[in-house]
Amino acid sequence: MTSSTRTLSLALLAAAALAGCASKVDLNDKAPVESRTGVTPGTQGNTTTGTGTTSPTANSRVTPVDTANAALTAANRAGRVVYFDYDSFVLKDEFKPIVDAHARSLSSNRTQRLMIEGHTDERGGREYNLALGQKRAETVVRSLMLLGAREEQLEAVSYGKERPAVSGVDESSWAQNRRAELKDRAR
Amino acid sequence: MTCSSLWTRRELMAALGAAATLPAAAQFRVEISGVGARQIPIVVTALRGEDKAPVSVASVVRADLQRSGLFAPTDGNGVQLDERSSVASADWRGRGTDALVAGSATKLADGRWDLRFKLWDVVKGEELLGQSRVVLEADLRLAAHRIADEVYEKLTGERGIFATRIAYVMKAGRRFTLHVTDADGEGGQIALTSTEPIISPAWSPGGRELAYVSFETQKAVVWVQDVSSGQRRRIADFKGSNSAPAWSPDGQQLAVALSRDGLTQLFVMPREGGVPRRLAASPSIDTEPVFSPDGSQIYFVSDRSGGPQIYRVASGGGSPERVSFSGAYNISPAISPDGKQLAYVTRQGNAFRVVVQELPSGAPQVLTDTSDDESPSFAPNGRLLLYATRQQGRDVLMTSTLDGKIKTRLLSSGGDMREPTWGPFNREKS
Repeated sequence: MTSSTRTLSLALLAAAALAGCASKVDLNDKAPVESRTGVTPGTQGNTTTGTGTTSPTANSRVTPVDTANAALTAANRAGRVVYFDYDSFVLKDEFKPIVDAHARSLSSNRTQRLMIEGHTDERGGREYNLALGQKRAETVVRSLMLLGAREEQLEAVSYGKERPAVSGVDESSWAQNRRAELKDRAR
Repeated sequence: MTCSSLWTRRELMAALGAAATLPAAAQFRVEISGVGARQIPIVVTALRGEDKAPVSVASVVRADLQRSGLFAPTDGNGVQLDERSSVASADWRGRGTDALVAGSATKLADGRWDLRFKLWDVVKGEELLGQSRVVLEADLRLAAHRIADEVYEKLTGERGIFATRIAYVMKAGRRFTLHVTDADGEGGQIALTSTEPIISPAWSPGGRELAYVSFETQKAVVWVQDVSSGQRRRIADFKGSNSAPAWSPDGQQLAVALSRDGLTQLFVMPREGGVPRRLAASPSIDTEPVFSPDGSQIYFVSDRSGGPQIYRVASGGGSPERVSFSGAYNISPAISPDGKQLAYVTRQGNAFRVVVQELPSGAPQVLTDTSDDESPSFAPNGRLLLYATRQQGRDVLMTSTLDGKIKTRLLSSGGDMREPTWGPFNREKS
């Protein structure tokens, strides 16, 4: 991964983290990879993954696209958090595009590794919640594998109720804490 | 002020006077919120010479006896006595006491302390106990707890737990610390500090080591740490989560919950780590194992019937048998040292409460009226339960008698306290 894409990933990750809780992210927003070779540098803003020259020169410019990077970018754009209903381990339809995008990225980058972290809300015991969070993470891992990711690219872990995304003792807080996070891992 | 209770005003005022001599550095305070059927009135006078020591030995003894719920200790209103005094039993009896403790503390040339005390039964007018011990200055508090244990055992016929230790996790901001303290919550020391969560500490049967789950490597891994040397080792660090360590009674094995094959399942590991042996297989979550005191059974939590319930299985393997039947959510089992009682947390509506049930199939008795109880742990003499709960927005630790009538709260100003676990009797001798 180039430093520019790493910076980009971090920026998107931060954006996703900020936006994730409010669930205002448009999950159908496909990454515009097809326009990446366009001759209007700058207009793609922060979605650029090209590794070409940065000088804003004219008509002779070509920005190369790597399909693997494109898949990774699409995955980053799709988001990295999926939410679960109370006492549920079922991946909801609205979050399938996220899992789908990450599965594509993992399929195109066999060296890519993801850690899937399961989390629960604060109600109940710490160890039982750890196991419940693990079950959520395993749900995501199984979905990723059905879509082409390999077992060795994935690890499901759990923080149970130890790492709430938000503090608060109401249903809207709890709903934001019942989640699985897809995190990049060192290779 | 270190103690309050529903005593008579006279006793309360006496206790207030006594409390003023406790060290100012005390991190915990004890509050007694109930009263037992009968409390033995006992006078524990200040040891002659203890005013020159860094620990008020008599105050520690009084606080211990009070916390047990079985005693109403006072300080004798400043009477000067020691172990050589002749005691006028009738006078003391007339002042409403049943027993008297007096003694001395003498600093030796090598810096150690010679502690001596006697216990008198002033009702019968006889001397019950006379002891002397030489201890390091750093062990004065432990020596005081041992005196309290001897007095407790002599007067109740049961072994005392005041010289044992507890461990718990404190969360303050983003900092997690694993604390080891005396059973009264004092004398606290930090065994582990981390910016990642720590859960599920468990004492080895010999009291030398703590197993726990640390997330310091961004996932749940089971560690074992030698408390006095700080040396530690990874016991279980497999793919997925590794959690819920429980020692076998002989200290040679640890039961753990591992998710390496997907779902969280139970395994038994050698104490040094190595190859896990699967204990039971289910298409559900199995976790929170705990050995019966004789080592023959492992109690655990499983949601194979839907919600989580307590089960037990032979520690060599076999078919599990359900133990909890009341309520839809029962977790965190603890077995009394005699193997006859099971404590666990049950959900009642939105409240999580500690219950105790006679084994194998008694009706669960609710011990508390709080709503966020967690992690019950028996005292090694089986007379008290230690657990975590939430009060006034803070995670706190409580002890309770098994009938729920006498509760004490271990207070701290430092942060949220959780995951308490009571250590064994056999703390190494000082």
